[in-house]
Amino acid sequence: MAEKVRQEETEVAQYEERKIVILPRHCKGCEICVLLCPASVLEMKDFKAHVARIEDCTECMLCEIRCPDFAIEVYQSGKKGKAK
Amino acid sequence: MTFNYDEYIRPGKLPHIWCPGCAHGIVMKSIIRAIDRVGLEKDKTVIVSGIGCASRMPGYVDFNTLHTTHGRSLAFATGVKMADPELNVIAVAGDGDALAIGGNHFIHTCRRNIDITMIVFNNNIYGMTGGQFSPTTPHGRLASTTPYGNPDYAFDVVELSIGAGASYVSRSTAYHAIPLERQIADGIAHKGFSVIDALCTCPTTYGRRNKLGNATEMLMWFKDNTVGVKAAEKMPPEKLEGKILTGVFKKEEKPEYCDEYAKIIERVSAKG
Repeated sequence: MAEKVRQEETEVAQYEERKIVILPRHCKGCEICVLLCPASVLEMKDFKAHVARIEDCTECMLCEIRCPDFAIEVYQSGKKGKAK
Repeated sequence: MTFNYDEYIRPGKLPHIWCPGCAHGIVMKSIIRAIDRVGLEKDKTVIVSGIGCASRMPGYVDFNTLHTTHGRSLAFATGVKMADPELNVIAVAGDGDALAIGGNHFIHTCRRNIDITMIVFNNNIYGMTGGQFSPTTPHGRLASTTPYGNPDYAFDVVELSIGAGASYVSRSTAYHAIPLERQIADGIAHKGFSVIDALCTCPTTYGRRNKLGNATEMLMWFKDNTVGVKAAEKMPPEKLEGKILTGVFKKEEKPEYCDEYAKIIERVSAKG
């Protein structure tokens, strides 16, 4: 898929080919992504979601599918990380 | 691969007005993915809504949309479908909008079996107006208008629509967003009236008053308290107590209203 061109501010975390993009303007800080993540990749920072440990991500997409605010995007690399 | 929602969202409309943790956004994403899965053309798709939290959804999506009067989403949707049966009409409504104010429209559209897909955003409360009890608020639950517990018993959307004669009836939750997407896609592809009961959470006015925890805990409640309708057939009745059944409850082929209407026009005009 072609890379999206965004007008607004984004927070990008990248680990090899895996990429997690957070749109702080959309995030309302409901913590659904942080609490659902089975590998504790995400954390809260300044009342917004923040990618803290991207290398642990298993690319399960739970956070992206259940983010009600269109604020998180996970670009899969196909290589799974190690779940704790 | 991550799904590109931007194609279906009106530019500059996000972030939406829903509260932090409101599951309506999750259902909206499922609807967008379902429309993409079926491959509907944007110009041939109409999304109709009434009034309420759920009914704000058409404002964000880039289809032909109608935001109408309270409870009348199905009345307007029927009009749109009859005017041009080629269009794919999707009606969205909250539980109060669909079952209380629009209750009569709902049962009669079920009976008529017109080719519309109805998605009920069922969060057990009137969220936008301050948490009054709705027809799907469970017995004993607190709302701003039932401060000592709700004396009424709730409507079961699935049983109501089966009884009224809808030809496709299913239920899923915001936690089960992928099955929900599949059911909506199935409902859109089905010829006839489809009702999808999408169970949502309202952490602000329902969860907080009833001490159900934060948005995530309310979502996880769905995970622990729902049973698939096929799995439930093999389970003993005592294990099913207090559980909510999910899945496809009814799918049958029935004569569709627009086709029947066209037949009448053909027959009467042939007589001259």
